[in-house]
Parts: sequence; C-alpha cells; structure tokens
Amino acid sequence: MYKTSTISIYVTLTIALAAACAVSLFAGAVHIPLNEMLSSDIVRLRIARIILGIVAGAGLSVSGVIFQALLRNPLAEPYILGVSSGAGLGAALAVILGITAISTWMLPAMAFVGAVATIFLVYAIARSSNGIVPVYTLLLSGTVISAAMGSILMFIISRSSSEQLHNVMWWLLGNLQILDWELLRVVSFIVAACIAVTIFLAHNLNVITLGQEPAAHLGLNVELTKKLFFLIASLMAGATVASCGLIGFVGLIVPHTVRLIVGPDHRKLVPAAALAGAAFLIIADSFARSVIAPTEIPIGVITAFLGGPFFLILLKRKKHFSWS
Amino acid sequence: MISVENIDAGYGGDMIIKNISMDIEEGQFAGLVGPNGSGKTTLLRVISAMLKPAAGKVLLNGKKIHSIKKRELARIMAVLPQDSNLPLPFTVRQITLMGRFPYLTKTGRETKTDFEIAEEAMQMADVAHLADRVVTELSGGERQRTLIAMCIAQQPKILLLDEPTSHLDIGHQLSVFNLIKKLNRQANMTVIAVLHDLNLAAEYCHRIMVIDNGLITASGRPEEVLTSEIIKKVFHANVMTVTNPTSQKPHIILTAKADQ
Repeated sequence: MYKTSTISIYVTLTIALAAACAVSLFAGAVHIPLNEMLSSDIVRLRIARIILGIVAGAGLSVSGVIFQALLRNPLAEPYILGVSSGAGLGAALAVILGITAISTWMLPAMAFVGAVATIFLVYAIARSSNGIVPVYTLLLSGTVISAAMGSILMFIISRSSSEQLHNVMWWLLGNLQILDWELLRVVSFIVAACIAVTIFLAHNLNVITLGQEPAAHLGLNVELTKKLFFLIASLMAGATVASCGLIGFVGLIVPHTVRLIVGPDHRKLVPAAALAGAAFLIIADSFARSVIAPTEIPIGVITAFLGGPFFLILLKRKKHFSWS
Repeated sequence: MISVENIDAGYGGDMIIKNISMDIEEGQFAGLVGPNGSGKTTLLRVISAMLKPAAGKVLLNGKKIHSIKKRELARIMAVLPQDSNLPLPFTVRQITLMGRFPYLTKTGRETKTDFEIAEEAMQMADVAHLADRVVTELSGGERQRTLIAMCIAQQPKILLLDEPTSHLDIGHQLSVFNLIKKLNRQANMTVIAVLHDLNLAAEYCHRIMVIDNGLITASGRPEEVLTSEIIKKVFHANVMTVTNPTSQKPHIILTAKADQ
C-alpha cells in the first residue's frame, strides 16, 4: 500500500499548484496581453485572489484533516462544529447593523469573532465536570449550536432589506475576491502559522486516531493535544470563512482524496493536503470567473459541482476508502 | 513490581472497587476474573493510571504510578486497546510503528532502530507477512495481533489486557493467548489480564484474583481459586470442575438445569 514515493507526490502537487496559478492569472472576464501584465491593476487583483485561494484552500483542507482525525469521523469537515453558522451570524450582524460602513475590516472581523466564539461555546458545553471533552458530546453540541445560530441568522435575513440581503447572501456563498491587502496578509499569516504547527506535530495526530485511551497509553497528553488541534483547526476555518465566506466541500473531499493516495500518515497527509487544497481551490476559482464571464459564479457552487463527481469516481474505483 | 495498596475507585462518587490491595511480581501472568460489573476493568484502569483512585495508591517499582510521566510510563507499561476498531486505513507496519511513539524525539520521525524493532515485533506477533496490508481489511484476529505487535514495539515490562479475545473465534483466541504466553515466558513481560473465560484463565494464568462486588474474594493459583464452590458463590452459576488431562489445570464444565 501507498507505494508512491512521498517526494514524487509533493513534486506533482507543487507542479499542479503552479500550473493552476498560471491558468488563474489568465482566466477571467478581461483578457490581458502579456506585455501589459506587470502594470495592470486587474493582474494585481488576480494575484491577490490567487494568494487567497492558496491560503483558503490549504487552510480548509488541513482543518478538515485535523477534524477528521480528532473526531475519528469521515464526515468531519471544517464547519462541523458550527464555525460556518457562527461566522455567518457575525457577518450578517455586521451588515444589518450597518457597521460595514465604518471599515472594510468590520465584516471579516465580525465573522471571525462569530466563528471562534461558536467553537468556544460548543467546546464549553461539551466539556464535562472533570474537564474531559467526549467526542460525541462535542459533535452533538456542535450540531445543536449550529442549528440555533442558523435560526437566528434566518431571522436576521428575514428582517433585512433586499440590498442587505444581497450582501449577506453573496458573502455566505463564498468568493475569493479580496480588496484589502492588509486583510490578506493577516489571514495568510494565521493560516501559514497553523499549518506549520500542524506539520510539526503531525505524528501526534496519527496516534490520536487510535482513540483517546490508546493514545494516552502510548504516552500522548491527549487533552492538551486535542485542545491545541481544535484551536488550530478552528482558527484556520475561522480565518478562511472571515476572508472569503463559506466554501463548502473543500475541507471534506481534499483530505479524503489525498488520503487515498498518500495514506493516513499525517506527516505526509498534512503537507500533501495543503498543496492539493490550494491547487483545487484556485482551479475552482478560475472556473467560477470564466464559465459564464463576465458574470461570476459563487465558488462554493463550483467546488461542489467539480468536487462531488470527482470524489464519487475515486470512491468507486479505490476500494481502500476504508473507514470502519 | 506492582503493588496496589488500599484502592477505592469509581466514577462520580460511586465506589466500584473498595479497599483493594494486591501485589504482582515481575514475570507473573495474573488474571482478574469476576462477574460483569464487579470492578475488574475499573481496577485495571487504576493500574494503568487512566483512572485516579479516590483513596490508596498504586506503586510501580516503589514509585507512585499516577505521578510517573505518561511518556515514561508508556515505555514501561503497554495496554492493549480494548476496542480493536481502527477507523483509518493505516498499514500493519504503520500501526506497529506507533508503538515507538513514546521513544520518538521532537521531530516525530522514526529512526532505523525504530523500524528494526517494529519488524521484530511484527515477526513475534506473526503479522510480518501482513506488514503492507491495510488494517481496515484484516480479520478481527489479525487486527488484534497487529495491536499486540504495537504493544511489543513499545518494549514494555508490563502488558495490560482487558478481555483481549472476547470477540474472537476459538482458533484466534488460542493464537492470541499463546502469543501473550510467549511474551510472558521469553520476554519476561509481566501480564495482567481481565478475563471472561475462566478456562482460558485457568490454562494461562499463574495467579488468579476473583473480584466480586468491588472486593477481592479469592486469590491464588488456578486450582486454588477456580473451585466449583467459589464460582457458584461469585457467578451464581452451577458448574463442575474437572482436571484438564493435558495441563493438569482446572477445567470448568457448565451444568445446564434440568427441564422445569
């Protein structure tokens, strides 16, 4: 099993990522001749989009890998504990209260606060009196909080004007448009730092998939490790949601797809998922911009539309998709 | 090697085991038997430092076990996971290598020595031929032997087991127990096992402790402890004991009630 050498996988994925970036630079409503490339504002915008695509794709994928390992659940993904509904609520509040006029930072900041606050709430509810956080309680508490946040979000949407509604919906559907380089820098820093820590500590994730008690018997400090990785995965999910809205499916299918190729060893899986996620999201964004140009399709539509069938084919062909 | 001194333990105020004391010597194969809910698993969890006792202490070579660092303890004591359900498609070799986790340096990479130890562990547990197979595709017995290989790779002095063969067929039960016996004999591993099957306990254990209602009610060699009187009293089951003609150990025979 997993005979393909790790180096060749990394090289292939890096080439794929570079190719995706190159395609993305030329894709879009406006055609730009090569000699005007350097001076064009549109190119600057596209570069920002590409960077955000790399950051969000890698962040969501690695976040998905972490949640799947911690929860020992194949359905786990970055939004499973309610990050999405919390961020959505934060963003909607920012739009409705009109504070988006104060600064372009308000919406992402509110979304980020909403996302992180939700995780803390979910975690606090699931935590038992002796400080242990059982996985199933966590999943249940995530589902319930998610539903509650979702209902408040629906209420806010139902009370908003059509212009506000459009703003909220557009954000919820997800897109990689970014106008603020400073925001891009902050989000990139958060995600890069989180991925670096995850790669450094990846061997701990392997052991934790055996279950909490077996992991403890192998000498792992389970509660500390769990807390740290929940924090990392939530920060990445929160930062990406805050900067580009909800982009579903990436954090679910990229980890599974990459695991089918490199196997479940997180020391290989995490870097490979980061590269693959980045490439996948940039390709999806190129489609989003060019399929019915000049109109842009929400990227979440593309990720599900492209990712779903691709994943199904893999699932049918590979018998090693064996979570048990 | 391990001494348990006046342990009270339980969950949320309810004491499941009460004032239990016992000593387990190096190289011993000790069995804990008793009815469901009697507290044998709780006792094992206290010994493995998973559960803090409400009173009393467990000493490992004179040191309080709950104050030993997890990583350090994992190099001395291995615990065979009770749930052999491994969700992810790791290979047998990868799972075995996880036994080296308590020895890994900060980089989290195995050294050549770690790989060699894992190879030996797989040989010993008779899963070397499955090394590159994915654990999710193995049979229950093969998976259990893989987890034992992981425990062997830990190079422990003590091996704790909680009903290691409860869902295996008779052939796999014997192969797992023969393997544990081999570890006990050849590697001088001290074994403490919670066992359901009294006949397996009689065949393999040097010493058996019968736990009933949170107390040790009998302790000694199998022929001293597994008598029909004690079993009747503790398990409320009508049994007869005979002597196994090959091993000279007691063998428990069920006697069904006549039609009523």
